[in-house]
Amino acid sequence: MFETLKAQFILNFIKDDRWMFMWIGLRTTLLVTVLALLIGTLLGTIFAVIRSMHDQLKPNRRDSAGALLLIVLNTLTKVYLTVIRGTPVVVQLLIMYYIIFGASTNKLLAAVLCFGLNSAAYVAESIRGGIMSIDSGQMEAGRSLGLDYFTVMRFVIIPQAIKNILPALGNELITLLKETSIAGFIGLTDITRGAEIIRGTTYSAFMPLLGAAVIYLAMVMLLSLLLSRLERRLSLSDRG
Amino acid sequence: MIEVNQLTKFFGSHKVLDNISETIGEGEKVVVIGPSGSGKSTFLRCLNLLERPTSGTIQFDGTVITEKGTDINQIRRQMGMVFQLFNLFPNLTVLENLTLAPVQSKLLPVKEAREEGMAMLERIRLPDKAHTYPSRLSGGQKQRIAIMRALMMHPKVMLFDEPTSALDPEMVGEVLDVIKELADQGMTMVLVTHEMGFAKEVGTRILFMDEGKIIEQNTPEVFFANPVEERTQSFLSKVLI
Repeated sequence: MFETLKAQFILNFIKDDRWMFMWIGLRTTLLVTVLALLIGTLLGTIFAVIRSMHDQLKPNRRDSAGALLLIVLNTLTKVYLTVIRGTPVVVQLLIMYYIIFGASTNKLLAAVLCFGLNSAAYVAESIRGGIMSIDSGQMEAGRSLGLDYFTVMRFVIIPQAIKNILPALGNELITLLKETSIAGFIGLTDITRGAEIIRGTTYSAFMPLLGAAVIYLAMVMLLSLLLSRLERRLSLSDRG
Repeated sequence: MIEVNQLTKFFGSHKVLDNISETIGEGEKVVVIGPSGSGKSTFLRCLNLLERPTSGTIQFDGTVITEKGTDINQIRRQMGMVFQLFNLFPNLTVLENLTLAPVQSKLLPVKEAREEGMAMLERIRLPDKAHTYPSRLSGGQKQRIAIMRALMMHPKVMLFDEPTSALDPEMVGEVLDVIKELADQGMTMVLVTHEMGFAKEVGTRILFMDEGKIIEQNTPEVFFANPVEERTQSFLSKVLI
């Protein structure tokens, strides 16, 4: 039994340096996840601010040019969120690569953009919920000091909102990490695809797929640990 | 200093403020009293446009602030506001609460803002709380810090919206002392409160509001001793002075 496993391990990972496929895959997975996370958080925050600014718009101030622009932006954002959340991410990836990128050589960029734009839609609704949960007195206090809306958002509202929704954002990051396993659909060598390449060469499924699963699991567990540490540190200001 | 002209405010179809005209002069300490729902907080919140008037104008230092195109942030920097629920920023330390606005609005460089913030904390005898988060403070401490936060902008007028209503009784005194001190230094202030004794002590003028109107106003001595209007009499008979 042990001898068989050992032979399998050597065949799938050691021989011909096949572990390199997993290593290249791991680097791609991490790169795509990190870049997509950046795009997703940045865009998601912008979408969330547009949505909550619109929701907080007072009825008697809907006539100005700024308000009109906001209504248009809000409608566009809502359409975007509906489309992204209403279609499978695999289809989005294929559309991004084959239609928008015209099957060009830059697979990495296509994947990063696709996952980033996808993640933004989910992050946006989480952050919006976080923003709406902050007491309106916070914005009023900031504005009463003569600070403009965006300054109060940046230094007061968004930090509190993010802290409140950190568990949800953490889950989104974990989902994103695992979601990148479909990058192989456009021929990008991520961990899953790396395992598939090995499987295709050695005709043995057990080791490569188990290896891929273990790597994902280890990363997710590490992320969970880091997130719970971060949460604990951020909640320092809450202790009475 | 502040001139309110025919101010009316609707919340939906409910008329909260009904055609109020009022002038508040420099150095005055105007105390607004009245039953709940009389519009006194809304009146105060209109003065720095936290509530937009439905109609009417408000002038501050010669600028019509209700006009479109007024730089409202510039105006608000000159009008400090203190809230019933303190509204300190829980994600920032006490000192950061004090320095955020002067630094971000480029009134002071960081270093000087910190020095001034520490001086403010000395003034309320809380310098050891500079690096504490607000959640660790008592209500009275929070409100005193909130007052200092507003003062960091060197406002010309201070607006107080029931500053002691959310406090435990034994903490009311320390907050009122700070306000009293400020009044003695000549700060112009508009104060909405239920503390009648304090109104009498610091007010130079009492406004009594009911149903969105100013029903009666006078100096505290005359107002509390000889109220003219029936509604004022009935209100005063129900509150402890």
